[in-house]
Amino acid sequence: MTIAIEVADLVVHRGSRPVLHGLTCAIEAGSITGLLGPSGSGKTTLMRAVVGVQVVRSGTVTVLGHPAGHTALRRQIGYLTQAPSVYADLTVRENARYFASLYGLGAADADAAVRDVGLAGAARQLVGDLSGGQRSRASLACAIVSKPKVLILDEPTVGQDPVLRDELWAQFRGLAEAGSTVLVSSHVMDEANRCDRLLLIREGLLIADDTPAAVKAAAGTDDLDQAFLTLIRRREAVPA
Amino acid sequence: MILLHTTGRILRQLRHDRRTVAMLVAVPTLLLTLLYYMFDGQGMVFDHLALVMLGVFPFIIMFLITSIAMLRERTTGTLERLLTTPLRKTDLLFGYGLAFGLAAALQAAVASALAYLLLGLDTQGSPGLVIMIAVANAVLGMALGLLASAFAKTEFQAVQFMPVVAIPQLLLCGLFVPREAMAGWLEAVSSALPLTYAVEALQEVGAHTDATGTMWRDFAVVVGAVLVALLAAAATLRRRTP
Ligand SMILES: Nc1ncnc2c1ncn2[C@@H]1O[C@H](COP(=O)(O)OP(=O)(O)OP(=O)(O)O)[C@@H](O)[C@H]1O
Ligand SMILES: [Mg+2]
Repeated sequence: MTIAIEVADLVVHRGSRPVLHGLTCAIEAGSITGLLGPSGSGKTTLMRAVVGVQVVRSGTVTVLGHPAGHTALRRQIGYLTQAPSVYADLTVRENARYFASLYGLGAADADAAVRDVGLAGAARQLVGDLSGGQRSRASLACAIVSKPKVLILDEPTVGQDPVLRDELWAQFRGLAEAGSTVLVSSHVMDEANRCDRLLLIREGLLIADDTPAAVKAAAGTDDLDQAFLTLIRRREAVPA
Repeated sequence: MILLHTTGRILRQLRHDRRTVAMLVAVPTLLLTLLYYMFDGQGMVFDHLALVMLGVFPFIIMFLITSIAMLRERTTGTLERLLTTPLRKTDLLFGYGLAFGLAAALQAAVASALAYLLLGLDTQGSPGLVIMIAVANAVLGMALGLLASAFAKTEFQAVQFMPVVAIPQLLLCGLFVPREAMAGWLEAVSSALPLTYAVEALQEVGAHTDATGTMWRDFAVVVGAVLVALLAAAATLRRRTP
Protein backbone atom coordinates (compact mmCIF):
# COMPACT_ATOMS: atom_id res chain seq x y z
CA MET A 1 0.00 0.00 0.00
CA THR A 2 1.27 3.44 -0.91
CA ILE A 3 0.72 6.38 1.36
CA ALA A 4 -0.44 9.49 -0.49
CA ILE A 5 -0.96 11.83 2.44
CA GLU A 6 0.97 11.61 5.67
CA VAL A 7 0.27 13.90 8.61
CA ALA A 8 2.64 13.76 11.57
CA ASP A 9 2.18 15.55 14.92
CA LEU A 10 0.33 18.38 13.26
CA VAL A 11 -0.33 21.34 15.52
CA VAL A 12 -2.40 24.23 14.17
CA HIS A 13 -3.55 27.32 16.00
CA ARG A 14 -6.23 29.57 14.58
CA GLY A 15 -6.72 32.95 16.11
CA SER A 16 -5.33 32.45 19.60
CA ARG A 17 -6.83 28.98 20.03
CA PRO A 18 -5.25 25.61 19.33
CA VAL A 19 -7.38 23.76 16.77
CA LEU A 20 -5.34 20.64 15.97
CA HIS A 21 -3.21 19.23 18.77
CA GLY A 22 -0.56 16.92 17.35
CA LEU A 23 -2.66 15.01 14.84
CA THR A 24 -1.10 12.03 13.09
CA CYS A 25 -2.63 9.97 10.29
CA ALA A 26 -1.82 8.38 6.94
CA ILE A 27 -4.05 8.12 3.90
CA GLU A 28 -3.66 5.41 1.33
CA ALA A 29 -3.31 6.27 -2.35
CA GLY A 30 -6.31 5.46 -4.53
CA SER A 31 -8.77 5.39 -1.63
CA ILE A 32 -11.68 7.46 -0.47
CA THR A 33 -11.26 8.65 3.09
CA GLY A 34 -14.12 10.28 4.95
CA LEU A 35 -13.32 13.01 7.43
CA LEU A 36 -16.01 13.23 10.09
CA GLY A 37 -16.44 15.20 13.24
CA PRO A 38 -18.66 17.73 14.95
CA SER A 39 -18.89 21.25 13.62
CA GLY A 40 -15.80 23.20 14.65
CA SER A 41 -13.73 20.08 15.30
CA GLY A 42 -11.05 21.05 12.77
CA LYS A 43 -12.00 19.22 9.56
CA THR A 44 -11.58 22.23 7.31
CA THR A 45 -8.39 23.19 9.14
CA LEU A 46 -6.88 19.73 8.51
CA MET A 47 -7.86 19.90 4.83
CA ARG A 48 -6.33 23.36 4.50
CA ALA A 49 -3.11 22.01 5.98
CA VAL A 50 -3.08 19.15 3.45
CA VAL A 51 -3.62 21.57 0.57
CA GLY A 52 -0.89 23.80 1.99
CA VAL A 53 -2.84 27.00 2.56
CA GLN A 54 -2.90 26.76 6.36
CA VAL A 55 -0.17 28.25 8.52
CA VAL A 56 0.88 25.41 10.82
CA ARG A 57 2.64 25.72 14.16
CA SER A 58 4.52 22.42 14.10
CA GLY A 59 4.47 18.94 12.64
CA THR A 60 4.64 17.89 9.01
CA VAL A 61 2.20 17.19 6.20
CA THR A 62 3.57 15.20 3.28
CA VAL A 63 1.58 14.80 0.08
CA LEU A 64 2.82 12.47 -2.68
CA GLY A 65 6.27 12.66 -1.14
CA HIS A 66 6.43 16.46 -1.09
CA PRO A 67 5.79 18.84 1.77
CA ALA A 68 2.21 20.15 1.53
CA GLY A 69 1.99 23.26 -0.62
CA HIS A 70 5.09 22.37 -2.67
CA THR A 71 5.10 23.83 -6.19
CA ALA A 72 5.18 20.36 -7.74
CA LEU A 73 1.89 19.54 -6.02
CA ARG A 74 -0.03 22.41 -7.55
CA ARG A 75 -0.66 20.46 -10.76
CA GLN A 76 -1.70 17.37 -8.86
CA ILE A 77 -4.08 18.60 -6.21
CA GLY A 78 -7.69 19.69 -6.44
CA TYR A 79 -9.35 21.55 -3.57
CA LEU A 80 -13.03 22.19 -3.07
CA THR A 81 -13.46 24.80 -0.35
CA GLN A 82 -16.42 24.52 2.00
CA ALA A 83 -17.99 27.75 0.71
CA PRO A 84 -18.27 27.70 -3.10
CA SER A 85 -15.30 29.62 -4.51
CA VAL A 86 -16.20 30.43 -8.08
CA TYR A 87 -16.74 33.73 -9.85
CA ALA A 88 -20.37 34.74 -9.47
CA ASP A 89 -20.12 37.11 -12.45
CA LEU A 90 -19.06 34.38 -14.88
CA THR A 91 -21.12 31.55 -16.30
CA VAL A 92 -20.61 27.97 -15.11
CA ARG A 93 -18.83 27.14 -18.33
CA GLU A 94 -16.58 30.21 -18.18
CA ASN A 95 -15.58 29.31 -14.63
CA ALA A 96 -14.77 25.73 -15.56
CA ARG A 97 -12.85 26.82 -18.66
CA TYR A 98 -10.78 29.30 -16.70
CA PHE A 99 -9.82 26.77 -14.03
CA ALA A 100 -9.10 24.20 -16.78
CA SER A 101 -6.81 26.69 -18.50
CA LEU A 102 -4.70 26.99 -15.35
CA TYR A 103 -3.72 23.32 -15.86
CA GLY A 104 -3.19 23.76 -19.58
CA LEU A 105 -6.48 21.99 -20.35
CA GLY A 106 -8.96 23.02 -23.00
CA ALA A 107 -12.67 23.64 -23.38
CA ALA A 108 -13.50 19.94 -23.89
CA ASP A 109 -12.17 18.98 -20.45
CA ALA A 110 -14.00 21.90 -18.87
CA ASP A 111 -17.29 20.97 -20.51
CA ALA A 112 -16.84 17.35 -19.39
CA ALA A 113 -16.40 18.47 -15.77
CA VAL A 114 -19.55 20.60 -16.01
CA ARG A 115 -21.43 17.54 -17.31
CA ASP A 116 -19.97 15.34 -14.58
CA VAL A 117 -21.50 17.49 -11.86
CA GLY A 118 -24.85 17.54 -13.64
CA LEU A 119 -24.77 21.17 -14.71
CA ALA A 120 -24.77 20.72 -18.49
CA GLY A 121 -28.19 22.33 -18.64
CA ALA A 122 -27.05 25.37 -16.67
CA ALA A 123 -23.65 25.76 -18.33
CA ARG A 124 -24.53 29.15 -19.81
CA GLN A 125 -26.05 30.53 -16.65
CA LEU A 126 -24.20 33.03 -14.48
CA VAL A 127 -23.05 31.38 -11.26
CA GLY A 128 -24.62 34.27 -9.35
CA ASP A 129 -28.03 33.22 -10.69
CA LEU A 130 -27.73 29.56 -9.63
CA SER A 131 -29.37 27.84 -6.66
CA GLY A 132 -27.17 27.09 -3.64
CA GLY A 133 -26.74 23.42 -4.54
CA GLN A 134 -25.99 24.25 -8.17
CA ARG A 135 -23.41 26.80 -7.10
CA SER A 136 -21.53 24.29 -4.98
CA ARG A 137 -21.56 21.88 -7.92
CA ALA A 138 -20.12 24.61 -10.14
CA SER A 139 -17.34 24.94 -7.59
CA LEU A 140 -16.90 21.15 -7.59
CA ALA A 141 -16.57 21.11 -11.38
CA CYS A 142 -13.60 23.48 -11.06
CA ALA A 143 -11.96 21.19 -8.49
CA ILE A 144 -12.26 17.98 -10.51
CA VAL A 145 -11.60 19.49 -13.94
CA SER A 146 -7.91 18.57 -13.86
CA LYS A 147 -8.56 14.99 -12.64
CA PRO A 148 -6.07 15.60 -9.84
CA LYS A 149 -4.07 12.84 -8.14
CA VAL A 150 -5.16 14.19 -4.77
CA LEU A 151 -8.66 15.53 -4.35
CA ILE A 152 -9.62 17.35 -1.17
CA LEU A 153 -13.37 17.90 -0.96
CA ASP A 154 -14.79 19.93 1.91
CA GLU A 155 -18.48 18.96 2.20
CA PRO A 156 -19.04 18.45 -1.52
CA THR A 157 -22.60 17.16 -1.28
CA VAL A 158 -24.19 19.71 1.03
CA GLY A 159 -27.51 20.86 -0.32
CA GLN A 160 -27.74 18.13 -2.98
CA ASP A 161 -30.69 15.78 -3.40
CA PRO A 162 -30.25 11.99 -2.92
CA VAL A 163 -30.10 11.27 -6.65
CA LEU A 164 -27.36 13.83 -7.24
CA ARG A 165 -25.48 12.72 -4.14
CA ASP A 166 -25.47 9.20 -5.49
CA GLU A 167 -24.19 10.38 -8.86
CA LEU A 168 -21.48 12.53 -7.29
CA TRP A 169 -20.29 9.64 -5.14
CA ALA A 170 -20.11 7.47 -8.23
CA GLN A 171 -17.84 10.17 -9.72
CA PHE A 172 -15.60 10.18 -6.65
CA ARG A 173 -15.42 6.39 -6.76
CA GLY A 174 -14.52 6.55 -10.44
CA LEU A 175 -11.72 9.01 -9.73
CA ALA A 176 -10.40 6.84 -6.90
CA GLU A 177 -10.48 3.76 -9.13
CA ALA A 178 -8.46 5.70 -11.68
CA GLY A 179 -5.85 6.25 -8.96
CA SER A 180 -6.84 9.51 -7.30
CA THR A 181 -6.68 9.81 -3.53
CA VAL A 182 -9.87 11.40 -2.26
CA LEU A 183 -10.37 13.03 1.14
CA VAL A 184 -13.99 14.03 1.75
CA SER A 185 -15.49 15.74 4.76
CA SER A 186 -19.14 15.18 5.46
CA HIS A 187 -21.84 15.27 8.07
CA VAL A 188 -23.96 12.66 6.31
CA MET A 189 -23.44 9.19 7.74
CA ASP A 190 -24.94 7.43 4.77
CA GLU A 191 -22.05 8.90 2.78
CA ALA A 192 -19.51 7.84 5.39
CA ASN A 193 -20.57 4.25 4.69
CA ARG A 194 -19.33 4.64 1.13
CA CYS A 195 -15.78 5.51 2.19
CA ASP A 196 -12.90 3.05 2.33
CA ARG A 197 -11.72 4.53 5.59
CA LEU A 198 -12.98 7.03 8.12
CA LEU A 199 -11.14 9.61 10.17
CA LEU A 200 -13.16 10.78 13.13
CA ILE A 201 -11.94 13.96 14.78
CA ARG A 202 -13.24 15.70 17.82
CA GLU A 203 -11.81 18.96 19.16
CA GLY A 204 -8.70 18.52 17.06
CA LEU A 205 -7.92 14.97 18.20
CA LEU A 206 -8.27 11.81 16.14
CA ILE A 207 -10.71 9.47 17.89
CA ALA A 208 -11.03 6.84 15.17
CA ASP A 209 -9.08 5.91 12.05
CA ASP A 210 -10.52 2.76 10.54
CA THR A 211 -12.87 1.22 7.97
CA PRO A 212 -16.58 2.02 8.42
CA ALA A 213 -17.20 -1.61 9.43
CA ALA A 214 -14.48 -1.52 12.09
CA VAL A 215 -15.73 1.81 13.44
CA LYS A 216 -19.19 0.30 13.81
CA ALA A 217 -17.78 -2.82 15.45
CA ALA A 218 -15.74 -0.78 17.92
CA ALA A 219 -18.87 1.07 18.97
CA GLY A 220 -20.88 -2.13 19.10
CA THR A 221 -23.62 -0.97 16.74
CA ASP A 222 -24.67 -1.42 13.15
CA ASP A 223 -25.63 2.16 12.63
CA LEU A 224 -22.85 4.61 11.79
CA ASP A 225 -24.80 7.55 13.19
CA GLN A 226 -25.08 5.69 16.48
CA ALA A 227 -21.43 4.60 16.35
CA PHE A 228 -20.38 8.18 15.85
CA LEU A 229 -22.38 9.32 18.89
CA THR A 230 -21.10 6.45 21.01
CA LEU A 231 -17.46 7.13 20.19
CA ILE A 232 -17.82 10.84 20.86
CA ARG A 233 -19.72 10.31 24.13
CA ARG A 234 -17.24 7.69 25.27
CA ARG A 235 -14.55 10.33 24.99
CA GLU A 236 -16.62 12.87 26.86
CA ALA A 237 -17.20 10.42 29.69
CA VAL A 238 -13.44 10.16 30.25
CA PRO A 239 -12.38 13.39 31.96
CA ALA A 240 -9.41 14.93 30.21
CA MET B 1 -0.33 31.53 -21.19
CA ILE B 2 -1.95 31.46 -17.74
CA LEU B 3 -1.41 35.21 -17.69
CA LEU B 4 -3.46 35.67 -20.86
CA HIS B 5 -6.19 33.30 -19.67
CA THR B 6 -6.39 35.30 -16.47
CA THR B 7 -6.61 38.56 -18.42
CA GLY B 8 -9.39 37.02 -20.50
CA ARG B 9 -11.25 35.88 -17.41
CA ILE B 10 -11.13 39.36 -15.83
CA LEU B 11 -12.32 40.98 -19.08
CA ARG B 12 -15.13 38.41 -19.31
CA GLN B 13 -16.21 39.33 -15.79
CA LEU B 14 -16.29 42.98 -16.83
CA ARG B 15 -18.25 42.14 -19.96
CA HIS B 16 -20.99 40.47 -17.92
CA ASP B 17 -21.32 43.69 -15.95
CA ARG B 18 -22.62 45.96 -18.69
CA ARG B 19 -23.45 48.80 -16.37
CA THR B 20 -19.91 49.03 -15.05
CA VAL B 21 -18.57 49.14 -18.59
CA ALA B 22 -21.08 51.82 -19.53
CA MET B 23 -20.12 53.91 -16.53
CA LEU B 24 -16.44 53.37 -17.17
CA VAL B 25 -16.88 54.98 -20.57
CA ALA B 26 -19.60 57.52 -19.82
CA VAL B 27 -18.62 59.02 -16.47
CA PRO B 28 -15.37 60.72 -17.54
CA THR B 29 -17.03 62.13 -20.65
CA LEU B 30 -19.94 63.49 -18.60
CA LEU B 31 -17.61 65.09 -16.08
CA LEU B 32 -15.53 66.64 -18.84
CA THR B 33 -18.70 68.06 -20.37
CA LEU B 34 -19.62 69.52 -16.98
CA LEU B 35 -16.19 71.11 -16.75
CA TYR B 36 -16.66 72.55 -20.23
CA TYR B 37 -19.86 74.36 -19.28
CA MET B 38 -18.45 75.47 -15.93
CA PHE B 39 -15.62 77.29 -17.68
CA ASP B 40 -17.63 78.40 -20.71
CA GLY B 41 -15.60 80.97 -22.60
CA GLN B 42 -12.47 80.45 -20.48
CA GLY B 43 -10.72 78.10 -22.92
CA MET B 44 -7.35 78.32 -21.17
CA VAL B 45 -8.73 77.19 -17.80
CA PHE B 46 -10.69 74.38 -19.43
CA ASP B 47 -7.62 73.20 -21.35
CA HIS B 48 -5.59 73.15 -18.16
CA LEU B 49 -8.16 71.30 -16.05
CA ALA B 50 -9.47 68.91 -18.69
CA LEU B 51 -5.97 67.74 -19.49
CA VAL B 52 -5.25 66.92 -15.87
CA MET B 53 -8.68 65.30 -15.42
CA LEU B 54 -8.01 62.99 -18.37
CA GLY B 55 -5.18 61.56 -16.30
CA VAL B 56 -6.86 61.63 -12.89
CA PHE B 57 -10.19 59.92 -13.75
CA PRO B 58 -8.63 56.65 -14.84
CA PHE B 59 -6.42 56.66 -11.74
CA ILE B 60 -9.33 56.99 -9.33
CA ILE B 61 -11.73 54.69 -11.17
CA MET B 62 -9.22 51.89 -11.65
CA PHE B 63 -8.14 52.17 -8.03
CA LEU B 64 -11.72 51.66 -6.89
CA ILE B 65 -12.58 48.87 -9.32
CA THR B 66 -9.43 46.90 -8.65
CA SER B 67 -9.52 47.17 -4.89
CA ILE B 68 -13.08 45.85 -4.88
CA ALA B 69 -12.34 43.13 -7.45
CA MET B 70 -9.33 41.91 -5.50
CA LEU B 71 -11.17 42.07 -2.20
CA ARG B 72 -13.85 39.85 -3.75
CA GLU B 73 -11.18 37.37 -4.81
CA ARG B 74 -10.06 37.27 -1.20
CA THR B 75 -13.47 37.08 0.48
CA THR B 76 -15.09 34.57 -1.90
CA GLY B 77 -12.15 32.20 -1.58
CA THR B 78 -11.23 32.29 -5.27
CA LEU B 79 -7.83 33.76 -4.41
CA GLU B 80 -7.09 30.94 -1.99
CA ARG B 81 -8.14 28.43 -4.60
CA LEU B 82 -6.12 30.08 -7.37
CA LEU B 83 -3.02 29.95 -5.21
CA THR B 84 -3.37 26.15 -4.95
CA THR B 85 -3.26 25.83 -8.76
CA PRO B 86 -0.23 26.23 -11.05
CA LEU B 87 -1.02 29.97 -11.36
CA ARG B 88 1.86 32.20 -10.28
CA LYS B 89 1.28 35.39 -8.34
CA THR B 90 2.63 37.42 -11.25
CA ASP B 91 0.08 35.78 -13.59
CA LEU B 92 -2.67 37.18 -11.41
CA LEU B 93 -1.16 40.63 -10.83
CA PHE B 94 -0.18 41.21 -14.44
CA GLY B 95 -3.47 39.66 -15.53
CA TYR B 96 -5.24 42.45 -13.67
CA GLY B 97 -2.74 44.95 -15.05
CA LEU B 98 -3.37 43.91 -18.66
CA ALA B 99 -7.14 43.63 -18.34
CA PHE B 100 -7.67 46.94 -16.59
CA GLY B 101 -4.96 48.57 -18.72
CA LEU B 102 -7.03 47.65 -21.78
CA ALA B 103 -10.21 48.93 -20.16
CA ALA B 104 -8.39 52.14 -19.27
CA ALA B 105 -7.15 52.56 -22.82
CA LEU B 106 -10.72 52.36 -24.08
CA GLN B 107 -11.86 54.81 -21.43
CA ALA B 108 -9.06 57.27 -22.13
CA ALA B 109 -9.56 57.04 -25.89
CA VAL B 110 -13.27 57.82 -25.66
CA ALA B 111 -12.78 60.63 -23.14
CA SER B 112 -9.94 62.15 -25.16
CA ALA B 113 -11.90 61.91 -28.41
CA LEU B 114 -14.76 63.80 -26.81
CA ALA B 115 -12.45 66.39 -25.23
CA TYR B 116 -10.49 67.10 -28.41
CA LEU B 117 -13.23 66.78 -31.03
CA LEU B 118 -16.35 68.13 -29.33
CA LEU B 119 -15.16 70.24 -26.43
CA GLY B 120 -12.29 71.88 -28.30
CA LEU B 121 -9.51 70.81 -25.93
CA ASP B 122 -6.28 72.29 -27.19
CA THR B 123 -2.84 70.93 -26.35
CA GLN B 124 0.50 71.63 -28.00
CA GLY B 125 1.50 67.96 -27.86
CA SER B 126 -0.28 64.98 -29.39
CA PRO B 127 -3.44 63.35 -27.99
CA GLY B 128 -1.63 60.00 -28.32
CA LEU B 129 0.75 61.03 -25.55
CA VAL B 130 -2.19 62.11 -23.39
CA ILE B 131 -3.78 58.67 -23.79
CA MET B 132 -0.48 56.97 -23.08
CA ILE B 133 -0.07 58.87 -19.80
CA ALA B 134 -3.74 58.29 -18.90
CA VAL B 135 -3.27 54.53 -19.34
CA ALA B 136 -0.11 54.56 -17.22
CA ASN B 137 -2.09 56.41 -14.57
CA ALA B 138 -4.90 53.87 -14.74
CA VAL B 139 -2.41 51.05 -14.28
CA LEU B 140 -0.93 52.95 -11.34
CA GLY B 141 -4.40 53.24 -9.79
CA MET B 142 -4.90 49.53 -10.41
CA ALA B 143 -1.58 48.56 -8.80
CA LEU B 144 -2.28 50.71 -5.73
CA GLY B 145 -5.79 49.24 -5.58
CA LEU B 146 -4.38 45.69 -5.55
CA LEU B 147 -2.09 46.72 -2.72
CA ALA B 148 -4.79 48.55 -0.75
CA SER B 149 -7.18 45.58 -0.95
CA ALA B 150 -4.78 43.62 1.25
CA PHE B 151 -5.45 46.04 4.10
CA ALA B 152 -9.23 45.96 3.80
CA LYS B 153 -11.40 43.26 5.30
CA THR B 154 -14.70 44.55 3.93
CA GLU B 155 -15.89 46.51 0.93
CA PHE B 156 -16.76 49.41 3.25
CA GLN B 157 -13.12 49.61 4.23
CA ALA B 158 -11.91 49.18 0.66
CA VAL B 159 -13.83 52.15 -0.73
CA GLN B 160 -12.51 54.33 2.07
CA PHE B 161 -8.96 53.73 0.94
CA MET B 162 -9.81 55.72 -2.16
CA PRO B 163 -9.88 59.12 -0.41
CA VAL B 164 -6.85 58.08 1.65
CA VAL B 165 -4.79 57.24 -1.41
CA ALA B 166 -6.20 59.55 -4.06
CA ILE B 167 -7.15 62.84 -2.39
CA PRO B 168 -3.79 63.75 -0.85
CA GLN B 169 -2.14 63.01 -4.18
CA LEU B 170 -4.69 65.16 -5.97
CA LEU B 171 -4.34 68.05 -3.51
CA LEU B 172 -0.55 68.01 -3.61
CA CYS B 173 0.04 67.35 -7.32
CA GLY B 174 0.34 71.04 -8.13
CA LEU B 175 -3.13 71.47 -9.55
CA PHE B 176 -4.55 73.57 -6.70
CA VAL B 177 -1.39 75.20 -5.37
CA PRO B 178 1.73 75.41 -7.52
CA ARG B 179 4.36 73.14 -6.05
CA GLU B 180 6.88 76.00 -5.79
CA ALA B 181 4.43 77.86 -3.53
CA MET B 182 4.10 74.97 -1.04
CA ALA B 183 5.86 74.84 2.31
CA GLY B 184 9.15 72.95 2.00
CA TRP B 185 7.92 69.79 3.71
CA LEU B 186 4.72 69.73 1.67
CA GLU B 187 6.70 70.05 -1.53
CA ALA B 188 8.87 67.15 -0.36
CA VAL B 189 5.76 65.04 0.26
CA SER B 190 4.44 66.06 -3.12
CA SER B 191 7.70 64.94 -4.75
CA ALA B 192 7.25 61.50 -3.23
CA LEU B 193 3.75 60.99 -4.69
CA PRO B 194 3.49 59.40 -8.14
CA LEU B 195 0.43 61.39 -9.26
CA THR B 196 2.54 64.57 -9.09
CA TYR B 197 4.69 63.20 -11.93
CA ALA B 198 1.71 62.06 -13.94
CA VAL B 199 0.18 65.53 -13.76
CA GLU B 200 3.47 67.20 -14.64
CA ALA B 201 3.84 64.88 -17.63
CA LEU B 202 0.37 65.85 -18.84
CA GLN B 203 1.18 69.54 -18.43
CA GLU B 204 4.34 69.01 -20.46
CA VAL B 205 2.24 67.57 -23.27
CA GLY B 206 -0.08 70.57 -22.94
CA ALA B 207 2.76 73.09 -23.29
CA HIS B 208 5.17 71.53 -25.79
CA THR B 209 4.69 70.30 -29.35
CA ASP B 210 7.17 67.46 -28.97
CA ALA B 211 7.58 65.00 -26.12
CA THR B 212 10.06 66.57 -23.70
CA GLY B 213 12.74 64.93 -21.58
CA THR B 214 10.84 65.96 -18.46
CA MET B 215 7.73 64.22 -19.76
CA TRP B 216 9.60 60.96 -20.39
CA ARG B 217 11.27 61.16 -17.00
CA ASP B 218 7.89 61.70 -15.32
CA PHE B 219 6.40 58.84 -17.31
CA ALA B 220 9.26 56.59 -16.20
CA VAL B 221 8.62 57.57 -12.57
CA VAL B 222 4.96 56.57 -12.93
CA VAL B 223 5.92 53.22 -14.49
CA GLY B 224 8.47 52.70 -11.72
CA ALA B 225 5.80 53.41 -9.10
CA VAL B 226 3.56 50.82 -10.79
CA LEU B 227 6.28 48.18 -10.51
CA VAL B 228 6.98 49.00 -6.87
CA ALA B 229 3.26 48.84 -6.04
CA LEU B 230 2.92 45.50 -7.88
CA LEU B 231 5.89 44.02 -6.04
CA ALA B 232 4.45 45.18 -2.73
CA ALA B 233 1.07 43.72 -3.75
CA ALA B 234 2.74 40.39 -4.61
CA ALA B 235 4.18 40.32 -1.11
CA THR B 236 0.66 40.63 0.33
CA LEU B 237 -0.57 37.57 -1.61
CA ARG B 238 0.14 34.86 0.92
CA ARG B 239 -0.36 31.26 -0.07
CA ARG B 240 -0.65 30.26 3.56
CA THR B 241 -3.01 32.11 5.86
CA PRO B 242 -3.78 31.64 9.55
N1 LIG C 1 -10.10 32.16 10.40
C1 LIG C 1 -10.22 31.69 11.64
N2 LIG C 1 -9.73 32.39 12.69
C2 LIG C 1 -9.83 31.91 13.95
N3 LIG C 1 -10.40 30.74 14.26
C3 LIG C 1 -10.90 30.01 13.28
C4 LIG C 1 -10.84 30.44 11.91
N4 LIG C 1 -11.42 29.50 11.15
C5 LIG C 1 -11.83 28.55 11.98
N5 LIG C 1 -11.52 28.82 13.25
C6 LIG C 1 -11.80 27.98 14.43
O1 LIG C 1 -11.12 26.76 14.27
C7 LIG C 1 -11.92 25.67 14.72
C8 LIG C 1 -11.99 24.60 13.64
O2 LIG C 1 -12.63 25.12 12.50
P1 LIG C 1 -12.87 24.27 11.20
O3 LIG C 1 -13.35 25.20 10.16
O4 LIG C 1 -11.65 23.49 10.89
O5 LIG C 1 -14.04 23.31 11.68
P2 LIG C 1 -14.85 22.21 10.84
O6 LIG C 1 -14.60 20.91 11.50
O7 LIG C 1 -14.52 22.30 9.41
O8 LIG C 1 -16.36 22.64 11.13
P3 LIG C 1 -17.65 22.58 10.15
O9 LIG C 1 -18.15 21.18 10.19
O10 LIG C 1 -18.62 23.49 10.84
O11 LIG C 1 -17.23 23.03 8.81
C9 LIG C 1 -13.27 26.27 15.08
O12 LIG C 1 -13.35 26.32 16.49
C10 LIG C 1 -13.27 27.65 14.51
O13 LIG C 1 -13.95 28.52 15.36
MG1 LIG D 1 -15.53 22.89 7.78
